[in-house]
Amino acid sequence: MMQVKLTVNGEQRSDDVEPRLLLVHYLREVCGLRAANVGCDTTSCGACTVLLNGESVKSCTVLAAQADGQQVVTAEGLADAGELHPVQQAFRSEHGLQCGFCTPGMVMAAVSLLQENPNPTEDEVREGLEGNLCRCTGYHNIIRAVLAAAQPCEESGGSSPGPGTANGQAEVTA
Amino acid sequence: MIPARFDYVAADSAAHAIDLLGQHGDDAKVLAGGHSLLPMMKLRLAAPAVLIDIGRAADLSGISVDGDELVIGATTRHADLAASELVRADAPLLAHAASLVGDPQIRHRGTIGGSLAHADPAADLPMALVVLGGSVELTGQDGTRQVTADDFFTGFFETALADDELLTAVRVPRRPGVPWGYQKFVRRANDWAIVGAAAINGRIALANMASTPLRARAAEQAIEGGATPAEAAELAADGTSPGEDIHADREFRQHLARVLTRRALEQLS
Repeated sequence: MMQVKLTVNGEQRSDDVEPRLLLVHYLREVCGLRAANVGCDTTSCGACTVLLNGESVKSCTVLAAQADGQQVVTAEGLADAGELHPVQQAFRSEHGLQCGFCTPGMVMAAVSLLQENPNPTEDEVREGLEGNLCRCTGYHNIIRAVLAAAQPCEESGGSSPGPGTANGQAEVTA
Repeated sequence: MIPARFDYVAADSAAHAIDLLGQHGDDAKVLAGGHSLLPMMKLRLAAPAVLIDIGRAADLSGISVDGDELVIGATTRHADLAASELVRADAPLLAHAASLVGDPQIRHRGTIGGSLAHADPAADLPMALVVLGGSVELTGQDGTRQVTADDFFTGFFETALADDELLTAVRVPRRPGVPWGYQKFVRRANDWAIVGAAAINGRIALANMASTPLRARAAEQAIEGGATPAEAAELAADGTSPGEDIHADREFRQHLARVLTRRALEQLS
């Protein structure tokens, strides 16, 4: 066993772990954060995507030990005081999901993509999400959601929650 | 999938990692980004007793200029290589190759040294190093030796790296403004090349046409003798005996090598 100290969703933690513990299992089983899913378990599908020091990584292919001293953000850590992150809001309003299994990973990959490229073209969004698979094949609305999320980032806030919230609630209950 | 048990040591510098390699020898594997090693450990294709993590050794990462070469620290990540203004200006083929490795998440973790030491003949960076005529610095207790790309890759996932040596840096010639070509044939986004071809400065290299990245020497000689890209590319698969898998049989790989070499050569003009 070894001790790791991580900041997970802003909270400083210290845990004893086996060196072979994967970050995704650390997050799910030690921290109790279940947003990051184990999908393919082979670095292909992206369902386990989280932010490590602000950048998207596949947590099935990172040891908790490698994240010692680093910052991790999962989908649970995106909302700010109950207010959804613009990417979460956009996935809701654009119905960027079907079964939902890939969604936390898609959202985290999109957050990282928009940090690196705040105003991407549709092609850049498609390329930027090449590490995330949706087996419902619901890519169309996922791409729309990421493009929609890029707008409020660009306009630096204010008007985005209005129509998004209304559409989102209609679609979620539909 | 869970890797077999191992002891984990984080090296805080290159010298520390080399000391640890001296202690543990072939019981140890070096962990950088882990995006080749950890999948193999999860499949139990690799089960090292000790992992020496160089991911946070600050002196192993970074890109600098040394005369007419770029020197790239072993733990420089693909994303940083692809985004580096220096690399994009002086070795754009390398920046392009790095931008094609895996997907964004993989490029945030994977490192140039890790990819080269792993020596997958289908991978982007080994072919890029061979076509650029680059070299690697291998450092052990007795100092550093420099090995050219042509000599570094010795077999399928095998290199000239000794058990107690660390790949510390990569050197590539600076070639600002020199035309280059790069072709990679894949069936899926983020996959390894079924076949790859790259060309610059009279050199042509192929990926996944042998157990190591390969020079297409017959085609290189034809170009030197004044052949057109199409004529030279006809010779690209000469003497090759590529493996077969679900993606391609031998004949199809040889066909791809000719087509991709022609396209890479046509990119030069």
